[in-house]
Amino acid sequence: MSHRGSRVLRLDALARVEGEAALHLAVRDGTVAEARLRIYEPPRFFEAFLVGRGHGEPPDITSRICGICPVAYQTTACQAIERACGVTVDEPLVELRRLLYYGEWIESQSLHIHLLHAPDFLGHPSAVELAREHRAAVERGLRIKQAGNAIMEQLGGRAIHPINVRIGGFYHVPAPAELAPLADRLCRAHDDALETVRWVAGFDFPDAEYHGPLMAMRDPGRYAIDSGTPAVMAAGVGSNGSTPVRALPVEEFERHVVERQVPHSTALVSELDGHHYLTGSLARYAVSGRWLHPSALDAAREAGLGDPATGAVCRNPFRSIIVRAVEVAHAVAEALRIIDAYEPPSRSYVAVPPRPATGCAATEAPRGLLYHRYAMDADGTLTLARIVPPTAQNQSAIEDDLRRQVQSRLDRPGEPPGDEELTALCERAVRNHDPCISCSAHFLDLTVERG
Amino acid sequence: MEPDPRPSLAVWKFASCDGCQLTLLDCEDELLPLTDRVRITHFLEMSSAEDSRERATLEGTGPYDLSLVDGSITTAEDVRRVHHIRRISRRLVTIGACATAGGIQALRNFADVAEFRAAVYADPEYIATLDTSTPISAHVPVDFELRGCPIDRGQLLEVITAFLAGRKPNVSGHSVCFECKRRGTTCITVAQGIPCLGPVTHAGCGALCPAYGRGCYGCFGPMVQPNLEAMVRELRHDGMSERDIVRVFRTFNAASPEYGPVPELAAQEAPETPAEEEPR
Repeated sequence: MSHRGSRVLRLDALARVEGEAALHLAVRDGTVAEARLRIYEPPRFFEAFLVGRGHGEPPDITSRICGICPVAYQTTACQAIERACGVTVDEPLVELRRLLYYGEWIESQSLHIHLLHAPDFLGHPSAVELAREHRAAVERGLRIKQAGNAIMEQLGGRAIHPINVRIGGFYHVPAPAELAPLADRLCRAHDDALETVRWVAGFDFPDAEYHGPLMAMRDPGRYAIDSGTPAVMAAGVGSNGSTPVRALPVEEFERHVVERQVPHSTALVSELDGHHYLTGSLARYAVSGRWLHPSALDAAREAGLGDPATGAVCRNPFRSIIVRAVEVAHAVAEALRIIDAYEPPSRSYVAVPPRPATGCAATEAPRGLLYHRYAMDADGTLTLARIVPPTAQNQSAIEDDLRRQVQSRLDRPGEPPGDEELTALCERAVRNHDPCISCSAHFLDLTVERG
Repeated sequence: MEPDPRPSLAVWKFASCDGCQLTLLDCEDELLPLTDRVRITHFLEMSSAEDSRERATLEGTGPYDLSLVDGSITTAEDVRRVHHIRRISRRLVTIGACATAGGIQALRNFADVAEFRAAVYADPEYIATLDTSTPISAHVPVDFELRGCPIDRGQLLEVITAFLAGRKPNVSGHSVCFECKRRGTTCITVAQGIPCLGPVTHAGCGALCPAYGRGCYGCFGPMVQPNLEAMVRELRHDGMSERDIVRVFRTFNAASPEYGPVPELAAQEAPETPAEEEPR
């Protein structure tokens, strides 16, 4: 090291994220010259081999892109194909789909909170070590996670790659007696979720702010997950109560969101009108926070996130763990609402006859906005598939966030940070965004270059 | 410090959706008790402990008593890595359709990968990938293969506890039909004429699909010695076209050698009644 501020750091394998990626950080004369997230997950070519398959196949096939958010893929694929075929699904089936999606949300978000993210705040390498000190909290998290999985198992057949989803609806719609046992479990999970919000709100949060644009689905009146229109909150808009949000019709998504390839990554990098942007929990909370379930709204206020009912925005990526906990409380409350009101639909699915057409859709995977587009010919054979997953969209914003956080640490007076400290900081910065790497390869080793 | 008497467990990932290793984290009731009995020393998705970073160096701090391997081999580096993992593992068990049969990414084995690459990437030359997706057993000896896309939680716990106890896992190679009977589900093919791969598919899921009114789509891959000739004939009888028959076998376990004859069988079979020519 010739200069105290110049070095290269490599982190070859990022832990506690879904999938595999590396980091490369170059610091020259005390300035971050490069912060690269290298997604080395081998490509799996889903978009290529969907071509030539039948229009009923994408829900099963695309679910295999990700074991952590299969329902997000199934739901988005179904919606895109139904839209192409001009089919509207009956509202009771839409509600059942939403229930399945809430199951995935509860499972996936509590997995990230307790097993992947919380250990960072409490100084442990994993939930197993965390459990030695905070056994009750980890067990509580596993209990919530189990409630989400119970929904997926009952309604979807199994928690990973559910089998009961088809275009137009379901293979089997449950009798009320099949869903009723879930209610007791969810009542417990609701108390557990609110307790989790209080637990994570007490963590020590470093100062950090993501300034860029935020994109999430928006459906006024509802905390949008499986409905609405992509919407963008401009860069720099803070928690002053005025939150101008620009709608971006899903049909125009690819005109604004452009994917490009970079040499260091098997994930394509997305830009929104030429800029990096963030999707996921912070974006959803900014765009839809006011429409959270009342119990989740109260929990958010008490947790110090500001008052979402007046348009509060959280731009500190470290605090995303609180937002996720609030989202879990919301999802549990909503799942309970659907189960309480449930009456079996008159039919389990609506027929989706093929036609030569193109259709697209977007929904909120737990990690952020997921977009699908399919084109088919007259007999339903797919001629094109486009999938834009959340982590590919977030990749540039994560790199920007890394650059900012490392620079802010380098600028702090006193002893300069060692490689170990910088590595830990980078890993935390990436985990804040809950990247889903298997999804995006089409992601972390850290290299810090100081030269 | 006293030496840790617990056997060590490592979880490794190759090309996959992570679903099979996630199955371990989905053992909510058993996860913490399991860690009292097993030292999970390498599991990148679960732990940032130093041991977990073994992938980077290939210099391995093993040996591990049991390695679980998720995912298929699709890059030259992964070929080198799987040999290293075999060297540092006393027992090596593959988990899931990718590690056991090449997974859905083995669809490339029937296509031109250069075309696949060009379809997804503007600059395909940056993408280093093999022309094939192959199971772990194609590269190194494997002690046990656990099937499923995804694997079943109960079977995973059985395999881990069996290997730690030094006994053979109680996972039999019979068909999904056995599980359907055990579950008491009425045969959907017999009763409703729904095409179902149950007769040739490896048990393990608990016969989920038929219980939900859907034909088995074969996500656990071939049973031991499947009678494909009779299966293809039955699928035809239940209304499936040649193209649909080939497609249903060429999905999550596409590269299973047992499925090799399917295209020929599907093409040979003369339909009982003249059917419309398929467009392709």
